[in-house]
Amino acid sequence: MSGGVDSSVAAARLVADGHEVVGVHLALNRHPEAYRSGSRGCCSLEDAQDARRVADVLGIPFYVWDFSERFHCDVVENFVAEYAAGRTPNPCLRCNEKIKFAAVLDRGLALGFDAVATGHYARLDWADDEARLYRAADAAKDQSYVLGVLTQEQLRRSLFPLYGTEKPQVRAEAAALGLRVAAKPDSHDICFISDGDTAGFLTRALGERDGTIVDTAGTVVGRHAGHHQFTVGQRRGLRLGVPATDGRPRYVLGISPATNTVTVGPREGLAVSAIEAIRPTWAVAEPRLGRWRGLVQVRAHGAAMPCAIAADADGVRVDLDASAEGIAPGQAAVLYDGDLVVGAATIASAA
Amino acid sequence: MASSGFARHYVDHAASSALRPSAAAAVRGAWEAVGNPSSLHASGRRARAILENAREQLADAVGALPAEVVFTSGGTEADNLVIAGGAGWGAGEGRPFVAASTVEHPAIAQSVRALGARAVWLGVDAEGLVTGAALDSLDERVAWASVMWVNNETGAVQPLGVVVEACRRAGVRVHSDAVQALGHLPVSFAASGLDAMTLSAHKVGGPVGVGALVVRRDAPLATVSHGGGQERTLRSGTVPVALAAGFAVAAAECVAALASERARLGALRARLAAGLTGAAGVRVNGPSGPGAVSPAICHVTVPGTRADDVLFLLDAAGIDCSTGSACTAGVHQPSDVLLAMGRSEADASASVRFSFGHATTVADVEAVLAAWPDAVARARAAYGPA
Repeated sequence: MSGGVDSSVAAARLVADGHEVVGVHLALNRHPEAYRSGSRGCCSLEDAQDARRVADVLGIPFYVWDFSERFHCDVVENFVAEYAAGRTPNPCLRCNEKIKFAAVLDRGLALGFDAVATGHYARLDWADDEARLYRAADAAKDQSYVLGVLTQEQLRRSLFPLYGTEKPQVRAEAAALGLRVAAKPDSHDICFISDGDTAGFLTRALGERDGTIVDTAGTVVGRHAGHHQFTVGQRRGLRLGVPATDGRPRYVLGISPATNTVTVGPREGLAVSAIEAIRPTWAVAEPRLGRWRGLVQVRAHGAAMPCAIAADADGVRVDLDASAEGIAPGQAAVLYDGDLVVGAATIASAA
Repeated sequence: MASSGFARHYVDHAASSALRPSAAAAVRGAWEAVGNPSSLHASGRRARAILENAREQLADAVGALPAEVVFTSGGTEADNLVIAGGAGWGAGEGRPFVAASTVEHPAIAQSVRALGARAVWLGVDAEGLVTGAALDSLDERVAWASVMWVNNETGAVQPLGVVVEACRRAGVRVHSDAVQALGHLPVSFAASGLDAMTLSAHKVGGPVGVGALVVRRDAPLATVSHGGGQERTLRSGTVPVALAAGFAVAAAECVAALASERARLGALRARLAAGLTGAAGVRVNGPSGPGAVSPAICHVTVPGTRADDVLFLLDAAGIDCSTGSACTAGVHQPSDVLLAMGRSEADASASVRFSFGHATTVADVEAVLAAWPDAVARARAAYGPA
């Protein structure tokens, strides 16, 4: 229970369904701020207090579990290391994979719980003893992407009570229950970067290191203070001294951490039609190996793109029917069959 | 894992004990009477009479003079008044330092820490008792020293006689936080030789929101909280007459029952300790032996667990207990007391406290012991490499 409206209503629904529910708030920051600033994050003491008050209203026990060390090692340090390696990680996915549905779930099971429930918007159905994860009814709120890294074992111990509901309905339900968080703003940003300044956070973690910005011909067109301040597809903030010969806008096409070089070029350079992804995980019970047609999504709010998929135990190759932009190493490629989440893999390269 | 209504086994009296019926009656009796005890009119005089009756009753219960009782909002305020007031006095007397043991309650520890470079820390041994070497370090630069009577986590009884003697030799004024001693050990302010001691009502079955600094009339303390000059100018503000009345009744009752309660709770503690240590690896913290530990506190380390998990499992089994140490945003921190005793961070994060009061029964102890093996086993299973 983050203290937000989604997990609050998820808990309320489980209580209404007759489950024996215990509220758990995760302390993920070693030095939590006392109060929220703006709508960011869910890790302040005020957020913990919001969650505690919801538990009071629902009449369920409530505990704060300290996972700050695990979170720091598995999520924050990984986030920094991935940027340092020139990749673009998604820390929320990582948190689901390593913390919420792993460390928290394991601790809960050992203590005698049966499952972890969250306020994620996704649908979980059982068919022939298999837990199947589908997109939520509210396409705008669908969060199946950030759950796409979960394995069948994890999904079998998961509950997503908000499936099939649209956000305004959730808020109305919270208001009807008398929960003060009914009108609380959604959090959007990375919870451990409370001011929303990712580049500043990475600079504090990794320092500044002077490097060059080159065009596709290798000509130096600018300088930068660290490749980790850029992501593939970025257009703003390049501060190039030399205009492009054709006068058109330029985008980050590639990042080379070994030489601390950022390559820029025209928008066409971003087009990708083939993705190589590694370390596949399978949401379905039987890994979907071999060749099959499906959909791939590479960002939390990205489109599902039709594609041909070739998978083996070590990796996945995705050939997109139509080329796409803004696909960077480090992102998760989540594979769908219609609305069914099949599995996920980490993008190693795209061309 | 039924969380069954409010049929609870409450073994957390050191956090807050159950209100005694006699104290509740005294509070109710005084609560609705109009009048400020500082007012000179009839209603004021009536309020003052209730307050002074309470002061005398409390003084009699703890071997002090009525004039030595300064009512406060609780133990924490009394501790703050004596540390800040002692430091304020010492600064003008060439005694800029204030000393405290390394196992004090946060009300003392944080007050002393706030003095910055003027803090002196008195180390403890493996049982949590302040050492002779530490006491030998007291000298004429120290204004006041504070060593608690009974430790709130482990129940360890400090060698107060030795502490008082060492302070006398160095001309150091001496205070003791006696919050966990009252009702469980004989407490006589006059016999103790202390210059000041702290008491709290709700730890002995009185109401929450009142306590006292019992302080000799010649004890030098600067006034650190200003106002109308009530309570010897040490604690300005209108005294809550009804709470003071309830406090005095609770104190008198617990002191009157001391001999039989000590024996009764001591037997319960022995039974609990024997049962808890039946689980592999569990050890009781603090000193052992007659008189060395409070009969009302049993603090154990359960290696290979998080205290939070043990508490959760016991809570689910209907048992209210705690670690006794500070928690930040709902998460227990490693016990500073155990760390000061030289124990590992793992031990300091794996310890729980059971504490008794007048309402504790053998059924409470049996309930803990019935839930204990499963709680320990599950908490150990849940203890990952986090």
